[in-house]
Amino acid sequence: MTYHSVKTSPPNHHASDALLLSYAAGALPSGVALAVAAHTTLCADCAHRAAVAEDIGGSLLDRAEPAALCPDALARTFGRIEAPEATPPPRMHDVPPHLAGLPGPLRAAVNALPDTRWRLLAPGIRQIDLNPGARGGGSSRLFRISPGTTLPHHGHAGIELTLILQGSFTDEVGRFQVGDLAELEDDVVHQPIVDSAEDCICLIATEAPLRFSSLLGRLMQPLFGL
Amino acid sequence: MAVQLQACDPVDRGARKEDMMVGVMVEDERAALAGHLRAVAERRDKAAFAALFAFYAPRVKGYLIRQGCQPAQAEDLAQEVMAAVWRKAGLYDPAKAEASTWVFTIARNLRIDAIRRERYPQVELDDGARELPDDRPAADDVVSTGQRARLVQRAIATLPPDQAEVIRQSFFQDKAHTAIAEDLGLPLGTVKSRMRLAMIKIRAALGEQEP
Ligand SMILES: [Zn+2]
Repeated sequence: MTYHSVKTSPPNHHASDALLLSYAAGALPSGVALAVAAHTTLCADCAHRAAVAEDIGGSLLDRAEPAALCPDALARTFGRIEAPEATPPPRMHDVPPHLAGLPGPLRAAVNALPDTRWRLLAPGIRQIDLNPGARGGGSSRLFRISPGTTLPHHGHAGIELTLILQGSFTDEVGRFQVGDLAELEDDVVHQPIVDSAEDCICLIATEAPLRFSSLLGRLMQPLFGL
Repeated sequence: MAVQLQACDPVDRGARKEDMMVGVMVEDERAALAGHLRAVAERRDKAAFAALFAFYAPRVKGYLIRQGCQPAQAEDLAQEVMAAVWRKAGLYDPAKAEASTWVFTIARNLRIDAIRRERYPQVELDDGARELPDDRPAADDVVSTGQRARLVQRAIATLPPDQAEVIRQSFFQDKAHTAIAEDLGLPLGTVKSRMRLAMIKIRAALGEQEP
């Protein structure tokens, strides 16, 4: 099964100003930042608001208290420029065809993975872990969920973002389609159900590990490793 | 700001209001910086790069120190940022961003790469965000890029203290809105609304209407 992005109308669910500001400042954990960056490639409105938030950074840089550099800093910088560029991190492989249509920031994340196969997690639920070492304590995973499947009930601490890449789901908040970003508030318990005819593919990124609240969730937690 | 003030001849500006005067000077300087970036991109002009270096390298280093970087690491990163400015100058589009905003994003990404030893997810030019259908006028149709920086600067300077504080913590203390809420002992919603209000003020200063 191949991922294919279907360009529909502009997204209905967006990143909050707080999220875009934290992204622009460089203050988000990488997984959550990945979801925001990917959403801005699908949403002109959020791309624009992120650019305004980055203008704040530009303005603060303009007014930063200058700190003197070493006397030979310019010469050293020319030395760096003339030195051969540091070799980029080894590319494990190119993005496989089943993920080729992903937004750019996600392709970059997939590029860095040793293994990009969908892993069966539970009936109807497959995943690709984008941050296998769980550096920084958060997580970012691609999920592929069969129609009619419900993700187990879970609560969470901190930010949880879901970016829809294919298909759609409905939860207590509303209906989420391609390009939509679901930004959950702290301590919201939610239970998305896939309501599209095709599999739903989404990125779920969290600031902290998820806490599943139902018995099924608790049983599944080791499986999810979330 | 002090440096920019020294660079002008106050007599020459006559009776203009002081903030207008600063604005004019900053825009002149800004136009020069954008020109230097173009010269680096098109001709690999070392003198133009030296001028960019003189303006940005000490500010990048100062910004990094304010974020808590040790001076030696800040020095190393500032040089690395300037080397990236040289390499990427051809990607800078003055119609889309202020030069300082562009340098800021390079510094932000390299700092995170260095400190977290992982890449900060970012949008590359060919990722297509800017090509999406968008009914808003292009940024530089509303206000010219040089003017934009001045308007953002002034809007930030006039934010109420509680909104300025959340901006300060985001940009200088590396805290996401959730961490700021925890730190200030405030409900997350309060911090989010302060950030939203700050962003609304800045967008309003840029002449944008809220939907
Ligand atoms: Zn959006």
